[in-house]
Amino acid sequence: MDFNDTKEQAQFRKKCRDWLEANASLKAEKSSKSDFNNNDYLQTAKDWQKKKFDAGWAMLHWPKEYGGIAASPIERIIWNSEEAKFDVPRGIYDIGLGMCGPVMMQYATEAQKERYLPVMAEGKEIWCQLFSEPSAGSDVAGLRTKAEQQGDKWIINGQKVWTSGAHYSDYGILVVRHDPNLPKHKGMTFFFVDMKSPGIDIKPIKQITGGSSFNEVYFNDVEIPDSQRLGAIGDGWKVAITTLMNERLAVGDANGADVNEAFKWAKGQDDMGDKLIENMAVRESIADWYCEANGLKNTKLRTMSALSKGDTPGPEASITKIVSANKLQAIGNFGMDSMDMAGMLQTEDSNVHDFQSAWLGAPGLRIAGGTDEILRNIIAERVLGLPEDQRVDKGVPYKDIPSGK
Amino acid sequence: MNLDFSDDQKYLKEEARKFFEKENALGSARTTLENKLHTDENLWKKIVDLGWTGITIPESYDGLGLGHLELCVLAEEMGRTLAPIPFSSSVYLFTEAINKFASEDIKQDILPKLVSGEVIGTLAVTEELNAPSSENITTEVKNDKVSGVKIAVPDAKVATHSIIVTKSAKGVDLRLIDHSSNGISITHTNSIDESRGHFSLAIDNVSSKLIGEEGNGWECYERLIDQAAVLFSFEQLGGAQASMEMALSYAKERYAFGRQIGSFQAIKHKLADMYISITLAKSNSYYAAWALSTESSDLSVASATARVSSTKAFQFCSKENIQTHGGNGFTWEYDCHLFYRRSKLLSVNLGSLSNWKNRLVTGLEKSNVS
Repeated sequence: MDFNDTKEQAQFRKKCRDWLEANASLKAEKSSKSDFNNNDYLQTAKDWQKKKFDAGWAMLHWPKEYGGIAASPIERIIWNSEEAKFDVPRGIYDIGLGMCGPVMMQYATEAQKERYLPVMAEGKEIWCQLFSEPSAGSDVAGLRTKAEQQGDKWIINGQKVWTSGAHYSDYGILVVRHDPNLPKHKGMTFFFVDMKSPGIDIKPIKQITGGSSFNEVYFNDVEIPDSQRLGAIGDGWKVAITTLMNERLAVGDANGADVNEAFKWAKGQDDMGDKLIENMAVRESIADWYCEANGLKNTKLRTMSALSKGDTPGPEASITKIVSANKLQAIGNFGMDSMDMAGMLQTEDSNVHDFQSAWLGAPGLRIAGGTDEILRNIIAERVLGLPEDQRVDKGVPYKDIPSGK
Repeated sequence: MNLDFSDDQKYLKEEARKFFEKENALGSARTTLENKLHTDENLWKKIVDLGWTGITIPESYDGLGLGHLELCVLAEEMGRTLAPIPFSSSVYLFTEAINKFASEDIKQDILPKLVSGEVIGTLAVTEELNAPSSENITTEVKNDKVSGVKIAVPDAKVATHSIIVTKSAKGVDLRLIDHSSNGISITHTNSIDESRGHFSLAIDNVSSKLIGEEGNGWECYERLIDQAAVLFSFEQLGGAQASMEMALSYAKERYAFGRQIGSFQAIKHKLADMYISITLAKSNSYYAAWALSTESSDLSVASATARVSSTKAFQFCSKENIQTHGGNGFTWEYDCHLFYRRSKLLSVNLGSLSNWKNRLVTGLEKSNVS
């Protein structure tokens, strides 16, 4: 056991570090807040991606012909861990490059790959993902948005929801129902769509945090050429599942107030004459969060160790989101409670703000990219090999499945 | 980056697993418990023959001279089968105390005998129905003679020696006593987990040898349990994994309402939570193993983190294993209760969960990691 890079890894890390130092500044106590609804910030993000692309850092693991350098997984991890130390825009390309890119690589034609992938890697075109619907969340395969074939094009009608970045995206990947007479998993087809197509209407969703990172996307007689179909007619679910697997890997650690913030806070906070850290109940909670935070950190190190040796990592990373999102919620709750009634007040204090945004934001993280419950099903079925749940909608034509309101 | 065991260590783990299966250590845990045999002496002899009691003892004292990482993989496999042997008492605590703190004379005398099996040791701390502290120890040493009563001492009957935590003129001392000395009486006490016998030691003016320095016994004890907590956490991890595997195979075999109970979400989510607790415990134990093997300054916090995570995992998995088994889980016949009992033994031996949580935060305060 050791925590050192191999000689090659150390050289690669130095290369990353040298380039980052020449092109960006290290994170300070107060780093820029990401706000992709602000056009200037969006432009900064695009400029940074372009800079990385020109220097070969944009899509490390992609093949060379699409703008990557075919880097190994461990090199990708090294790059990410170094980039994370710098005050640069992150996150805006996660869906495009993490989910849409791989699905295009697998299912698009050669000409389409050449047209779309390098531009995506360069950051010039942003992509989004259109899967969830008002009546299809955890049960994505229950989606209703309709596709009708007319000659060599398809006409799309319906509504998608929870689409991150739809309002600044150029393209999106879309799964729709082409035949409601087939059982639900068989009647779906997958496309990519130009988000500027006539008939697409995008409305922001206001979240409980007050912010708007997601949208409702309406489709009214939107035309998509059949050449933009990914996979065969009826293979929509198969293609979607590939993409969702990538999402569940991408949605990992919940960022925000963590055990170190809680610990520091408890050392400074008054608790009826004592410091809050002297309170046994608080000490126990901090110990629990420390075990969770370090359990995740060390789990990541185990995954990296496997990658570093060229092995396939085990399924251990599947616990990340459940553990971190719940911890975030608990820490936010603790921070606000510790101020008694004042915990309700929105103030200039950045610690208070961090606890409150953790508390308000964590419910979303426990849902996005697979709810806690769906993730537990996945662990139980895929990792532990328990049998699938028995479903009442299996083999039933989609149109006959009870759907409530 | 390599937070993993080496191929040799994994091989040792594999061999240990095969060994405990072949010896039916779990079956022996039941026999030992039902017949109050306190320990499986045959199994212990075989372990001595394999050299495992001398894993970390230097070759100059006839040991194998391997590191703590090898001990960690063995601990995990022992925990998995609830092996009814005094390994934790004699190896993680007694041997480590001698190896780390004893004088050269004592080491020359005792260490080779631990390897050969002639000496088996244990550690005697508890006196009352309280957690021990440097303040409440009453067993006393005067002119090298120890007097007092220790209770809940694991494995004392099979042990030939004990290290006694005593009060001395200068504070707290660690004292080595030989069980064949005059003035010692060892009495069995019924306990929750009879697969590992617990005893009281009445010690009346018994000759002893100092381990460590006069007055620094409590620091030595703290250091010892910091180390031992890592090894205990591997035993607990093994027990947690075995409990989850039992629950898992029952959930696949047992039918109710016309289907496998493992197809119900209530059972699935319970098992997913077991997997989560085990993954956290495993990753934290691996890190603590690294800290132990390199004598990292982080050992105190790392061992508490592993200890808390593994205690939680084994307690959770063993109790929910019973629940998954329904009525069968509550019978004497099924093995579920053996794991439940051992999870309690391992979680109070070295101190309770809340105690270790407090230690963890105290460690953070000291190291000022923030």
